[in-house]
Amino acid sequence: MDDLNLLVSQTAERLFRGHMSHSLSLAAEAGAFPSDFWDAAEEAGLTLAMVPEASGGVGLDPQGWAALIRLAGAHAVPLPLAETMLANRLLVAGGLAPRTGILSLASATGALALTRAGETWRLSGTAARVPYGRQATGLVVVGEAEGERRVALVPVSAGVVTPGANMAGEPRDDIAFDCALAAPDVAPSPYGPADLEAMGAAVRAIALAGALDRVLELTVGYVGERVQFGRTLSKFQAVQQQVALLATHVAAAGGAAGLAAEAIAGEPDGTRVAAAKIRTGEAAGLAAGIAHQMHGAMGFSQEYALHPLTRRLWAWREEFGSEALWSRRLGADILRRDADALWPFISAA
Amino acid sequence: MHRFDFPPAQMPQDARALRDEVRAFLAETIAARTPLERAQSWVGFDADFSRKMGARGWIGMTWPARFGGRERSALHRYIVLEEMLAAGAPVAAHWIADRQSGPALMRYGSAAQQEAILPRIAAGECFFCIGMSEPGSGSDLAAARTRAEPVEGGYRVSGTKLWTTYAHEAHYMILLARTAPGERHEGLSQFLVDMKTPGITVRPILDIAGAHHFNEVHFEDVFLPAESLLGQPGDGWAQVMGELAFERSGPERFLSSFTLLTELVRVLAEAPSAASEEAIGRLAAHLIVLRRLSSSVAGMLQAGEDPQLDAAVVKDLGAVFEQEIPEIARRLVACEPSLGARSSFLNVLAYTTLSAPSFSLRGGTREILRGIIARGLGLR
Repeated sequence: MDDLNLLVSQTAERLFRGHMSHSLSLAAEAGAFPSDFWDAAEEAGLTLAMVPEASGGVGLDPQGWAALIRLAGAHAVPLPLAETMLANRLLVAGGLAPRTGILSLASATGALALTRAGETWRLSGTAARVPYGRQATGLVVVGEAEGERRVALVPVSAGVVTPGANMAGEPRDDIAFDCALAAPDVAPSPYGPADLEAMGAAVRAIALAGALDRVLELTVGYVGERVQFGRTLSKFQAVQQQVALLATHVAAAGGAAGLAAEAIAGEPDGTRVAAAKIRTGEAAGLAAGIAHQMHGAMGFSQEYALHPLTRRLWAWREEFGSEALWSRRLGADILRRDADALWPFISAA
Repeated sequence: MHRFDFPPAQMPQDARALRDEVRAFLAETIAARTPLERAQSWVGFDADFSRKMGARGWIGMTWPARFGGRERSALHRYIVLEEMLAAGAPVAAHWIADRQSGPALMRYGSAAQQEAILPRIAAGECFFCIGMSEPGSGSDLAAARTRAEPVEGGYRVSGTKLWTTYAHEAHYMILLARTAPGERHEGLSQFLVDMKTPGITVRPILDIAGAHHFNEVHFEDVFLPAESLLGQPGDGWAQVMGELAFERSGPERFLSSFTLLTELVRVLAEAPSAASEEAIGRLAAHLIVLRRLSSSVAGMLQAGEDPQLDAAVVKDLGAVFEQEIPEIARRLVACEPSLGARSSFLNVLAYTTLSAPSFSLRGGTREILRGIIARGLGLR
């Protein structure tokens, strides 16, 4: 398995390096979806990374697919790779076939409802802030109906898309549905909306760690080149101390990313997902602040490659639950227990 | 560039059984310790407790059997350490010998030194102190001025060591001294010193909380036989750097305030608020991630790697975490902490507030550590 992991991540690294450029990043944000890049990623099997080989997937282990998501985060890849990976995993877990093409995700909670209508099913209401909703062909919806968890594949063309974006300019679209679903596209699912939220939080935590890897790399590179007062910034102790602090947060996020991947390998473990999303989210804000400080005005310009990363840090830390949401949940869980159960709880995570 | 991965440590098969065994031992052995006593885990000196740990095979547990060790893995040791610290067990007596002096003897000591000392350390019967810092030499260890002048049959030592934890209880010191004047690093050597050697005076220095664990140790024309030298003359600097790197990332680097966290949870659980849930959730997340980082480094050590940069990062992150807990606690609970308070939360908060400044000083200050991290990143 380690060999397969390595092979796929080397392929992905080559692919991302080959296709990504700062101009592509800006163009994608302006609305030009890089279809060639997507096709190449799909061709390489990345969208089936989480699907077992027996179900027609690539069957990577958590370390393997997490490495892909982290790399995509590091390159600020403007494609819904993690979303499509997860969507295919959910389909297959429900006994449905994985699909080619762009898929995205939604929970049938709140304003979106998945209900039975006689022999068939109905999806009504609005799926909010769907990643790459306008580009997706299918939306994988997870819901609970009549006490049972269901997964459904819905063609996006059945809904009305209202475009939106996150702080990084990634599409986050509202899609309004009021349609009947084909019976073969709805199946019992081992995963419900809370599981989808945990899986989403975990992949965002991993992507955050990837973006943080690259933010550190850019910052170390910049302070090693930029000369002021006759020496590179890297020779100033004040700068060294700040970059070291940045590195500690990047490192913590790297460890948290590993926890996140393991936490959703099977039935999602809310405690480890919470820990990972909280820690990577906190690292994101602190790291973005230091990285911009170290880059001075340069990091603030549209032309320099820092902002696609830092804006992703600021966007992703909110998605699938911010630190505030996950901290409250985790804290409430702890405060419900006896204080002397704290260490057994922590050490079992 | 270095990528921070912290892969999961491969926990041994008997990890769960060992954890349970340690918990059962602690439940029986330290049941009577109050939270305030537990908060002092690191500086809690209890020779009897150390002997019991030695009998269980939990001191020097990774060492070869011929040195009294149990040849268990770094991860077994990790489990024992974190269970001890989380429970607030009094580990100070054997602590330095187990984590620093014993490994140094194993690496650099003569066969005679190893045979004489290591089995006694592992039995929990032989305690060490560290003779590195001096009045004029803290972070800048190479500025050490204590002289060990070569004389017939050995060395004659004069000078003063400072901040020497439990020098008044220790059987031995590993002493850093200058054997040759001149170059900063090359002239340093280390010695295994019996604390009963004539000419050594130990004077107490009380700490910020009024407790005695620090000392000033004065050497006045102390004769050390030639065989007390550790390794070769001039090896002292490399030995010291190695010793400090051994143990930068253990659970002692993030569990110093754990008793306070437990008492804080006890107080907040009476009437949970949104603010307290959020604060406790955040601290728990940090702790869970720190455990991942620290156990991962233990796994790297077990695999024979040399994760110096990762270890320095863990120590820095751990100290920040330990230090912020008392500040967070007082923001969540309106209170006036004092050492004499009857409430465990209040006296533990007072104790931890007073101890917290040391968390980013001991074993390498925050600034030194961040300098090491910056060097690891290629900045200097």
